[in-house]
Amino acid sequence: MNDMTDSLWTALTHIVTFNPDLVEIVLLSLRVSLSATLLSCLIGLIIGATIAVSRFSGRSLVIIVMNSLMGLPPVVVGLFVYLNLSRSGPFGWLGFLYTPTAMIIAQTILITPIVAALSRQILEDIYEEYREQFESLSLTKSMRTGAILWDGRYSLITVALAGFGRSNAEVGAVIIVGGNIEHLTRVMTTAIALETSKGNLQMAMALGLVLLCISLSINILVSSLRLTATRLGYA
Amino acid sequence: MKQISEKFAVLSILTLAALPSSGLAQEASILVQSTTSTANSGLYDHLLPVFEKKTGIRVNVVAVGTGQAIKNAQNCDADVLLVHAKAAEEQFVKDGFGVQRFDLMYNDFVIVGPDSDPAKVSGMKDVKAALKQIADAQALFASRGDDSGTHKKEQSLWKTAQIEPTGTWYRSTGSGMGATLNTGIGMGAYVMTDRATWISFGNKGDYAIDVEGDDAMFNQYGVILVNPQNCPNVKTEEGQLFIDWLTSLEGQDEIRKYEIGGQQLFFPNASK
Repeated sequence: MNDMTDSLWTALTHIVTFNPDLVEIVLLSLRVSLSATLLSCLIGLIIGATIAVSRFSGRSLVIIVMNSLMGLPPVVVGLFVYLNLSRSGPFGWLGFLYTPTAMIIAQTILITPIVAALSRQILEDIYEEYREQFESLSLTKSMRTGAILWDGRYSLITVALAGFGRSNAEVGAVIIVGGNIEHLTRVMTTAIALETSKGNLQMAMALGLVLLCISLSINILVSSLRLTATRLGYA
Repeated sequence: MKQISEKFAVLSILTLAALPSSGLAQEASILVQSTTSTANSGLYDHLLPVFEKKTGIRVNVVAVGTGQAIKNAQNCDADVLLVHAKAAEEQFVKDGFGVQRFDLMYNDFVIVGPDSDPAKVSGMKDVKAALKQIADAQALFASRGDDSGTHKKEQSLWKTAQIEPTGTWYRSTGSGMGATLNTGIGMGAYVMTDRATWISFGNKGDYAIDVEGDDAMFNQYGVILVNPQNCPNVKTEEGQLFIDWLTSLEGQDEIRKYEIGGQQLFFPNASK
């Protein structure tokens, strides 16, 4: 128990004193995870909405595959991206390996299926609710898509948060494609892994607590924005 | 109003996502694939600022096991390779992946064990005899099992002791040095580690060095420039500058000066 209190104390001192190394790591973590969340929302919402309003053969198979991809192991995604971005791989000429860009790519691949699969379910439920109305108004497919995306916006925020949570918490993918390089690709989770491997368990735990605080702040920020928006919307 | 606040929400997320990254300036930089011991022990934190200040070249270090470091360098994902498995390094150069191998520094391997010392190896110098005692006692032994420099060394020591380490007492963790120490200490197993990692390790528990001082436990580090003929992207000039500095009197002196708690971790022995 003493270890835990010490960790808490270490975490607090680092936060309160704005340790510059820690600030740099936190900012990079946010930059990578938020970019990946944004990108995967762009891609995933389009996929999810399109499938929600479309009927085609093999649709249930697509949905099953998409749902399964939610369980993509981060290490496998990391390896896949490494092999592609390595200098000896097909996209090596881009020079992206061991940069934040590579980390964003890996996390985007990791969380796009989560956004797509969850939003598909939410949007399909909404679509079924309004289906007859849409048909009586004979709306085009893109208008229908727009309408359900708008109607489901608050539930979709939770989907985005799930994606963000996954990207912010994973270490397997970013440590392979980022390399955990100090001042360049070191993020919260890879720093925690490093401190653990140095046997500095207290420091590792303290960083873990900081990571939790970040996650908490993001969620508080989003839900308060959402509350404000709802209140203003119905005022 | 509603629209404004939603736009604000989107905007604030976009702003966060576009946060500038520090340290991504347009300065010259090289990429070093390295063994973990040199990074985890803090040697680079001591050496690199001196080199960077002198030359303005930033050194980015990817610290992985020697096996993986060599593999990554073969894939051209490095300018310089700094590892500790001489035979594998010489093969790397022979196969045309590296230009030339330089001796850089050395330290030694040690076997650490719990206070209870179930195989009674504490204070032994003869590593072959110690390994035999551990195997005979079927005392737990945690091996890296990850094709790293330390793992290769450990395997060669078992081989010279003419022991085939199998059975439930021999636990292959398949992880890095630190993770293996954490695991080994957690289950009360003997672990072979390089001395630098051990000295700087923060989670020693009731463990201490049991076996040390055998010549067979010698641990040589080498540094190699990745071959630009094989990998055109290699920053030959900057990479060579780094190697030249490491093996120069100044670089060797900086290596000598690095200490933790009054103990020198690496002993320079570049032959230039």
